[in-house]
Amino acid sequence: MEDTFGVGSRSRTFLPLTLLSLLTLPILVGYVWIVISTFSTRTYGLMPVDANGNFGGWTLSNWAFLWEDPIIWRLTANTLLLATGLTIGVVLVSSMAGYALSRINFPGRKSFLATTLILHAFPSVTLLIAIYFVLRWIGGIPVLGRGLPIIGGFGYNTLGGVILVSVALELPLGIWLMKGFFDQVSWDMERAALIDGCSRWRVWWQIVMPMIRPGVAALAIFSFISGWNAFLIPYTFMASQDQSTIAPYLRGLVGATVPINYSEVAAVGMFQLIPILIFFIFTQQYLLSIFGGGAKGGQ
Amino acid sequence: MKVTFDDLTKRFGDVVAVNNISMEVQDGEFVAFLGPSGCGKTTTLLMTAGIYRPSNGNIRFGDRIMNQVQPKDRNIGMVFQSYALYPHMTVYENIVFPMKLKKTPKQVMDERARQVADKMGIGHLLDRRPGQLSGGQQQRVALGRALAKQPDLLLFDEPLSNLDARLRLTMRAEIKRLQMELGITSIYVTHDQVEAMTMADRIAVMKDGYLQAYCTPDELYEQPQTLFIAGFVGNPPMNFVDVEVTSEAGIYRVASQGLTGEVQPLRGQKAAGRGRVVMGIRPEDVTLSREEQVGTSPGLVYLVEPLGRDDLVAVQLGDIQLHVLTDPALNLAMDEKVWVKISPERVQFFDPQTELSLIWR
Repeated sequence: MEDTFGVGSRSRTFLPLTLLSLLTLPILVGYVWIVISTFSTRTYGLMPVDANGNFGGWTLSNWAFLWEDPIIWRLTANTLLLATGLTIGVVLVSSMAGYALSRINFPGRKSFLATTLILHAFPSVTLLIAIYFVLRWIGGIPVLGRGLPIIGGFGYNTLGGVILVSVALELPLGIWLMKGFFDQVSWDMERAALIDGCSRWRVWWQIVMPMIRPGVAALAIFSFISGWNAFLIPYTFMASQDQSTIAPYLRGLVGATVPINYSEVAAVGMFQLIPILIFFIFTQQYLLSIFGGGAKGGQ
Repeated sequence: MKVTFDDLTKRFGDVVAVNNISMEVQDGEFVAFLGPSGCGKTTTLLMTAGIYRPSNGNIRFGDRIMNQVQPKDRNIGMVFQSYALYPHMTVYENIVFPMKLKKTPKQVMDERARQVADKMGIGHLLDRRPGQLSGGQQQRVALGRALAKQPDLLLFDEPLSNLDARLRLTMRAEIKRLQMELGITSIYVTHDQVEAMTMADRIAVMKDGYLQAYCTPDELYEQPQTLFIAGFVGNPPMNFVDVEVTSEAGIYRVASQGLTGEVQPLRGQKAAGRGRVVMGIRPEDVTLSREEQVGTSPGLVYLVEPLGRDDLVAVQLGDIQLHVLTDPALNLAMDEKVWVKISPERVQFFDPQTELSLIWR
């Protein structure tokens, strides 16, 4: 026994590594395919081929949408706006709600927590029609509905509306997450701050929030990524395609009429992927604290 | 500043954490709340700080009723067991934070912070963060933060419990010295009777939310009002023996299976003729010898525990076991026969039902 499974023995790391590599392989192959196909006319499997089926056929024409279809830049800006708006909304509301749920005893606290959890388990598809009517109604409100600059408003077929709905759907997770982080801050810390002369607001903002900064960062990154990748909500509630975000645009390319140019789809996909990949590489250490279950700054 | 509690009560749902406590802390006095965990001492402290609202009764600072006053308006300094330093601020920022909130002029603030830091011996640490300090240093910073705001009242919540034994001794002396120097009224919560006995001017002993006694350390030790106090205060703890007290021609005697002896009339008076009562006698108030004398009872040495300066000897007398502090020079061995004598003017008597003292009540 001890010979084969002793501490640091090779078989101990070898087995899991092999298993994990095997499991990762399909995903890896998918990425490799995307990269290859964005620069080729067609592919046979992972092999780029030209019109006659011979190896070769390298081209940049798949990326032509970047200069021939200027709408992509507007869509990129919208996607950024959606991701940023979602992040700000989720972090702001979750951190305040999470603090209240963690620290303040008010009637309905327990049932609120339970309901939030159920809401989180709710598939958002089932809510689409109901949300449509809500957004239509909001659209009827003067100014707020569809008269705001940049985001358009909060009604149906506006970016603001999409942000509003996305924030709402993201909140249950955010609130629970933030509550968990707040729970880890010791009561003594808050008592000390109250005695030192803070108001409750200041305790939250100046003492507790800085202490759970890793948690806030993790939630922000998480929200940003999910906003950037969002498809269903912008696709459903932004009827005009040229006002929407990248994900619905991508869906449009796989649309009905002409034979689908999968190489172009891959290129747009890559285009959407690159910023988030870079973002992820720089921020992944914070994301880990969501799963690691806690703020390091606590003590 | 004088602090007064009038019928102070705190309930959490059905649980009564603090039950009808009335007491007074004089201006400049150092008072310790002593009791086992869950006795309500920290709850009382947090009510004084304004973190909890009393369910009943009043807290007064001077003549002013403070029940509804926010913690930030009470001008108190508090030191916690967990230090509760703000981890994202440097030591200096921690110390000036309360003053900043009070909008103290910058120059005054800086001056006071450095003065306090020097006094606490943390002047060289001002740029560090709490995470880079040892436990003892953190507790000094916490104390400095509480002092720099020049509070009217200092509250301590078991501030030394997280420190190692040696450091605890040093800090104990330092806190006491500081408090005497500055003359700030202080309330100190602890479960450590040695801390309470050595530091406090007066000790409030609490149990299950009730105030059991409120008196000087000497009184607490020499004249325990209840069985609980007698057993809680003193180390090694007091021996308790069920006895009967009889009087004959002005001479009071105690007797139980195995132990007999004579006691001072003043002490025995109330206990005499009551049937079974609880006698308490401290380990240092029992003497052992190898020869039989008047008023001694025979026993067997059960165990000898050397404590360095003394030996703690357990002696078996019939069914009862007494712990006795003896001179190591006596050199007792296990199972050796000894003669036990209790000090007649040092015994305590308690009613077995009410657990109240039959001497001091």
